[in-house]
Amino acid sequence: MSLYSDKVMDHFMNPRNVGEMNNADGIGRVGNPVCGDIMELFIKVKCNTIVDAKFRTFGCGAAIATSSMVTEMVKGKTIDEALKISNKAVAEALDGLPPVKMHCSVLAEDALKAAIEDYLGSGVKGLPHTKTCSL
Amino acid sequence: MCKEVYLDYAATTPCDPDVVKAMLPYFNDTFGNPSSLYSLGQKSKKALEGARTAIADTLSADPTEIIFTSGGSESNNMAIKGIGFGNKDKGNHIITTAIEHHSIINACRFMEKQGFKVDYIPVDRYGMVNPDDVRKAVSDNTILISVMHANNEVGTIQPVKEIAEIARARGIYMHTDAVQSFGHIPVDTNELGVNLVSISAHKLYGPRGVGALYVRKGTKIEPFIHGGGQERRRRSSTENLAGIVGLKKAVEISLKSMESEATRLCRMRDRLTEGILSKIPDTRLNGHPEKRLPGNVNISVECIEGESMVLSLDMEGVACSTGSACSSASLEPSHVLIAMGLPPEVAHGSLRFTLGRYTEDEDIDYVLDVLPGIVERLRKMSPMYKEVR
Repeated sequence: MSLYSDKVMDHFMNPRNVGEMNNADGIGRVGNPVCGDIMELFIKVKCNTIVDAKFRTFGCGAAIATSSMVTEMVKGKTIDEALKISNKAVAEALDGLPPVKMHCSVLAEDALKAAIEDYLGSGVKGLPHTKTCSL
Repeated sequence: MCKEVYLDYAATTPCDPDVVKAMLPYFNDTFGNPSSLYSLGQKSKKALEGARTAIADTLSADPTEIIFTSGGSESNNMAIKGIGFGNKDKGNHIITTAIEHHSIINACRFMEKQGFKVDYIPVDRYGMVNPDDVRKAVSDNTILISVMHANNEVGTIQPVKEIAEIARARGIYMHTDAVQSFGHIPVDTNELGVNLVSISAHKLYGPRGVGALYVRKGTKIEPFIHGGGQERRRRSSTENLAGIVGLKKAVEISLKSMESEATRLCRMRDRLTEGILSKIPDTRLNGHPEKRLPGNVNISVECIEGESMVLSLDMEGVACSTGSACSSASLEPSHVLIAMGLPPEVAHGSLRFTLGRYTEDEDIDYVLDVLPGIVERLRKMSPMYKEVR
């Protein structure tokens, strides 16, 4: 018996996309060590599409699992699509989280939004969605 | 899961098979109500009073000074509320510490809402209360001082005797929560000089749902379970006889080998502590290096969070606990570690291993074998670790 679903445990024990990203296009850092959670999310963007995502997390099992899951979910998504990923979608993708752990999924959504904002802020002002390039 | 290593004896202990055996007749054979006049009831009464006498003896107490309760939390609540409400004509001030069990802290918070004033004495970096701080807090309105005998999280053994002397000199009642210490280190009501002591059965290989409060003769205490007047009208409710007999048996077994068991546990405790501190960088021991419970190891592992370590250890078959409150709704780390001055992020990275009767050297070896890899894996994921290194 585990506190978490098998999927959460899988993403906790075998997290996807762990590590720093060199030359990331956007970095989101949310949480606070005082609260026991820090999430760092890195995205690589090409032609308005997130082609790669990585994370580093200080936190509980659920925080690590939601970080891992959100990096999987954003890959291949356009910026607009990625912005629509909600904390609930992250939790659902993990077959649910205990109620006291829902804040971890909020953290994952916030980290993604922060990374995208960072990307947009550093992109061509006013034209973030129309950058032209080839994959 | 192949290996199972239980290192959370401070949370609860498995019931000793001899304790279970001693309890069984009182479920359906000697099942009479001790208050009943007929033989079956009187047989139960005899068992009840026999258990009371045996437990009283171990505390250097009189049988009439033992009130059986449903456990440590009830005993603690009864001490705080019973003394508070029973003595409010004398004053409204209660002194306790910042590191008490929640059943004391939250009972005191409740008393504050009832108009009582409560001081929560701070502790030093080892989790130790300074008797002088208690002395300074005492006023003419103080009616109760409650200081735990040994802390449940970090195991620090408190100077209860010195503080009780301060209380006695001022005619103030002194309570100690001995739930973690009783049966593991000596607890003697006269030696400690206290008026009230809380104990619990399931921390010493007895059943859940039973404990006791020692109340020294002449102590004015207001009951808060009213009913048929059991326990000399201080705690109504038909006695949990099987549980009480179980408590008695558990105490008997624990005391028989207390000294040798303490020596054995201290040796394994120190080996586990030294092993972790030498094998894993950026770790520290929480609590007092010497004045601590025989089976308690509490360490902080920097830059990673406790729950993730507990989960990982669980995957390896090791059961232990953490002072990180990531699993609780409050999201605040252990009040004990914070009171000791640990930064919150370090408190979040704490692990508590508590050793007990069935712990063996190979269990310690196993933890020392698996923990470094777990820490390394989690640190690789942590954005904080690189910053610190």
